[in-house]
Amino acid sequence: MNVALQTPRIERPGEAYLGFVDCDVHPFYRTPADFDPFLSARWREHRQSIGGRSRQGLARTSLYPRMSPGNGMRGDAWPKTGGPPGSDLALMREQLLDLSDVRAGLLAPLVGGAAAERNVEFGAAMAVAVNEWQCAHFCDPEPRLKASVQITLEHEESALAEIEARAGDARFAQVNIPPRGIEPLGRHRYRKILAACAANGFPISLHLGGTSGHASTGGGWPSFYHEEHPSYVQSMQSLVTSLVCEGVFETVPDLKVVLVEGGFAWLPSLAWRLDKHWKRLKAEVPHLRRAPSEYIREHVWVSTQPMEEPERPDDMLRTIEWIGPDRILFSTDYPHWDQDDPRYAFKVRLPEDWARMIYRENAMALYRLD
Amino acid sequence: MARHVVAAVGEIPPGGRKLVTIRGREIGVFNLDGAYYALINRCPHQGAALCTGAIVSRLEAPMPGEYRLAQPGSMLRCPWHCWEFDIRTGQSWCEPEDVKARSYAVTVEPGERLARGPFVAETVSVAVEEDYVVVTL
Repeated sequence: MNVALQTPRIERPGEAYLGFVDCDVHPFYRTPADFDPFLSARWREHRQSIGGRSRQGLARTSLYPRMSPGNGMRGDAWPKTGGPPGSDLALMREQLLDLSDVRAGLLAPLVGGAAAERNVEFGAAMAVAVNEWQCAHFCDPEPRLKASVQITLEHEESALAEIEARAGDARFAQVNIPPRGIEPLGRHRYRKILAACAANGFPISLHLGGTSGHASTGGGWPSFYHEEHPSYVQSMQSLVTSLVCEGVFETVPDLKVVLVEGGFAWLPSLAWRLDKHWKRLKAEVPHLRRAPSEYIREHVWVSTQPMEEPERPDDMLRTIEWIGPDRILFSTDYPHWDQDDPRYAFKVRLPEDWARMIYRENAMALYRLD
Repeated sequence: MARHVVAAVGEIPPGGRKLVTIRGREIGVFNLDGAYYALINRCPHQGAALCTGAIVSRLEAPMPGEYRLAQPGSMLRCPWHCWEFDIRTGQSWCEPEDVKARSYAVTVEPGERLARGPFVAETVSVAVEEDYVVVTL
């Protein structure tokens, strides 16, 4: 039974949120044909006549909730001009960028299907098209928005080419990698791609969701979306564990990992558990020269939304302390149904220096924003 | 406290709603099978425009596998995080004792009486032969 041990109190963050950096903004297309100008005739015709073949475990449905139309969109974010939420830059400015004086917004374009495409040649073409589309529709007209490089993890050659092609282009802030792959991300087959991200100054962003073809939990497919939601945490835990145990942070010491929308309160306890077993199992993983928690503390950032809401609001402060206030990035997830409003997301007052770091300074430093 | 005429009775059909602004406050006025209710247009969770959300039934399950669609059209689902509120009381589904949307008293008054006042008819012109929805605020 849940017992409230402290009187819940809601305190406002004052004005600390103003000028924040939003580390999770979702752009959307008006129609899939928006990508066509950025595809060659060969792939344009493929998209139109054949289409994607996703590594999708569910037949004729998606993972996401339908009670908010549009597979989980914020109800008041549908543009009056038509098209889905996230497709109208003017409305995005009105509801997000101008409303809270957003300094910068990191785009997470979960569109185009490149991440889970079985036909990896088509996936590679769609990744390039989505990158061009982000610039043309969002980053060029609105320089506060920063693009994320899309790649197809299962086509190494094209992924490396795309990372190198976008390196040095200030419109791109990071590389998006799907958190659910065919194999855990630390596996050797993905190492060159991770190394290329680090070598070119890109943090990697792992935004929850997507499909890999594997069941989304270790125990099989869940029945409910409510059950699906905590499975995102499992995915994030698997990612962190794989990256640590495979020694990725030893071979790619400059790699910076951003976990987006996967929660964060679980991270300290995972680190404790990894540390405990590292002391016993060192002989199996001699390549780990430091405690797992040290790699995590140095290489992993987390975003806030959907904000953890502990029963005792003050527990949030301790949780942030465990992770490190310099590793937490504020995010809204606009325009999705479970987005957070920067004014009300924290149910506890943050120390002023923490608020500045979380709302702004951490992201400015990580993404080298001006 | 003043009483505000917000609509003629026929203007909000059963299942319908009207958003009004009274003394700077946005309020949603709802018609549930001929009875009228008013809630503030602000979700107590994160401040979204609550009264623009979907109107849904209250779905109850006494035990797993047993479902009952109770009170059709009585719940208001916030357009942001889908928290649901009872239109009649403002009580939230998740924490009915602690989380509530502010509700306001609503009455139906004949135009004949309204013509005598004291009422504040801000945007609705009153005819003696009709009935009107009145919010107290």
